[in-house]
Amino acid sequence: MRSEPTAVRVVLAEDGVLLREGLAGLLARFAFDVVAAVGDAAALRAAVAEHRPDLVITDIRMPPDFSDEGLRAAVELRHADPDLAVVALSQYVELSYAADLLDSGAGRRVGYLLKDRVVDVADFVAALRQVVGGGTVVDPQVIRQLITRRRDPLAELSPREHEVLMLIAEGHSNAAIARRLVVTDATVGKHVRSILAKLDLPQTEDTHRRVLAVLAYLRGRPANPQPR
Amino acid sequence: MGRRGFLLTAWPWRAAGYLLSTVPVVLTVGLPPVLLGLPPFLAVAPDATLGEWAFLAVLGALLVAGLGPMATIPLARLERRRLRLVDLRSTGSGHRRPPGRGVVPWLRTRYAESATWRELGYFLLLAATTPVLYAALVSALVLQLCAIAAPLILLGGDGPMALGPVEVATPAAALPYALAALVLLPAVPYLLALTSGAQAALARALLQRGSGERLQAELVEVARSRARLVDAFEAERRRIERDLHDGAQQRLLSLTMKLGLARVDLPSGSAAAASVADAHQEAKQLMTELRELVHGIHPRVLTDRGLAAALGELADRSPLAVTVAADLPARPPRHVESTAYFAAAEALTNAAKHSGADRAGVAARWDDGVLTLEIIDGGAGGADPGRGTGLTGLADRVAVIDGRLLVSSPAGGPTRVRVELPCDLNRPPSG
Repeated sequence: MRSEPTAVRVVLAEDGVLLREGLAGLLARFAFDVVAAVGDAAALRAAVAEHRPDLVITDIRMPPDFSDEGLRAAVELRHADPDLAVVALSQYVELSYAADLLDSGAGRRVGYLLKDRVVDVADFVAALRQVVGGGTVVDPQVIRQLITRRRDPLAELSPREHEVLMLIAEGHSNAAIARRLVVTDATVGKHVRSILAKLDLPQTEDTHRRVLAVLAYLRGRPANPQPR
Repeated sequence: MGRRGFLLTAWPWRAAGYLLSTVPVVLTVGLPPVLLGLPPFLAVAPDATLGEWAFLAVLGALLVAGLGPMATIPLARLERRRLRLVDLRSTGSGHRRPPGRGVVPWLRTRYAESATWRELGYFLLLAATTPVLYAALVSALVLQLCAIAAPLILLGGDGPMALGPVEVATPAAALPYALAALVLLPAVPYLLALTSGAQAALARALLQRGSGERLQAELVEVARSRARLVDAFEAERRRIERDLHDGAQQRLLSLTMKLGLARVDLPSGSAAAASVADAHQEAKQLMTELRELVHGIHPRVLTDRGLAAALGELADRSPLAVTVAADLPARPPRHVESTAYFAAAEALTNAAKHSGADRAGVAARWDDGVLTLEIIDGGAGGADPGRGTGLTGLADRVAVIDGRLLVSSPAGGPTRVRVELPCDLNRPPSG
């Protein structure tokens, strides 16, 4: 764990100048230390090598080819340093992008969010903090798609359990879920146990481990409960 | 020719020029066969039997047919140019473009098409008729000039002279003929124009492309221009999408983020916080609407990630449970990709709206130059392309790129929409 009192040091990569400046301002406002703000993947690699940041926030689509340069750079950086926290911002939901990220560094300290999420400033910053703290954050839109694609095995969940499952998969703790749904922690705990039982997933109170298990399940692959 | 003032225009001169310049052409066509054919003809002629005559005739015809086009094809090109002297309408060649480079494809095309033989016929006709016609024309003109000059010539006292069938001996006797010839002088240009007009009509009928060929050429051109239009339309959609994405969408995102930030900084419960919250909400709403609009123009995921990814996204947006099986070794050309995508979108929309199905399947595969897209829903069937359920528009879209749309929708279902689009796949991107 990096020490708490020092500000989180961030390298930001985004090719749109307007959004890059805006994001840098937003991060500064919430006491992140933006050590570099760059406009393409090569500059991102160089900045990470130079500054050794705590968090990388990168656009997926960047020059020169405008395909998935940012994503590939992020995956590479995490292979070199699995503890590096990375949040990738995407213009649209692309499950393969999310999968590439989750498969790097055992799925910890990683976030995949739609670009539009930055406008809900508080939620966005909370997601960043969660990733820096070792968590996994996946955009609700991605979860929704995963759940749609796994319609059949999820049919036995109640509507409420569906809702709770989405929030688990997005990376929220029991307490956060309870706040959102305006119910007690105990109720959430009951739902969570029921869901995990129905999906045949290991019962665990560890939010991080739980989200990885649920994501693995939604992606239709065997859960890997032992992170590295 | 019927216009007033015809005699004062350049047309009589153009007609004369046309007729005069016909002479070397006819000589070029006519002399070589005559010079080559005459000696053997004379050698054989005196004691030839009927069989020998027939043999000579066939041999001559074969020679003309075999070698003639070599001369008449370039001469016909000259004739079409010359035709512009008396005919302002454009004259296109009826020849087709040979399928390949080199002599053999050229010969094969030329000897197999009707334009070549019409040209040969034209020159045969020309060689047969013009000597007689022109001889008559020249005699008439000479006669007229003689008649005009006759009184003067007879004044000089050169005895009686013949003016065609009549013979005149004195200037006084010649005077009526001279006057008549003078009166008829303005008719000469008309005669020239008439002759050249008839000849030009013959040239136009035989040397330019026939109506069938013209129709075919026009069809090809229409098909090409339609394809160009579709391409331009596609490119324009992509450009609009890109402009909106790089411009309005980015600015709106940035603006909304600033409003979000302002919301955090304002003391909650204040009037300012409430208005900013409202503004923030509205901006978010606008972001959603703009995103949907841009997506409808041309989905970004289709441009970036190709058909398979875009079909997956389409399935996720559909209210139906849609399974996608896309097996494409590489990306089809852009206009094929977007036709396939919008066809699938239309078919899925129809399935969701009309079929009553709760699930559907989309399959895309590429086989041997054809991209096949199949959309099957588990609904009640009975879709009728004639009733304009969007299927007609779909068929038009597909037809533009020479594709086919097949719909099978028996009552009781299932509805099966199959789209076949001929295309080559791009080689997979190397980097």
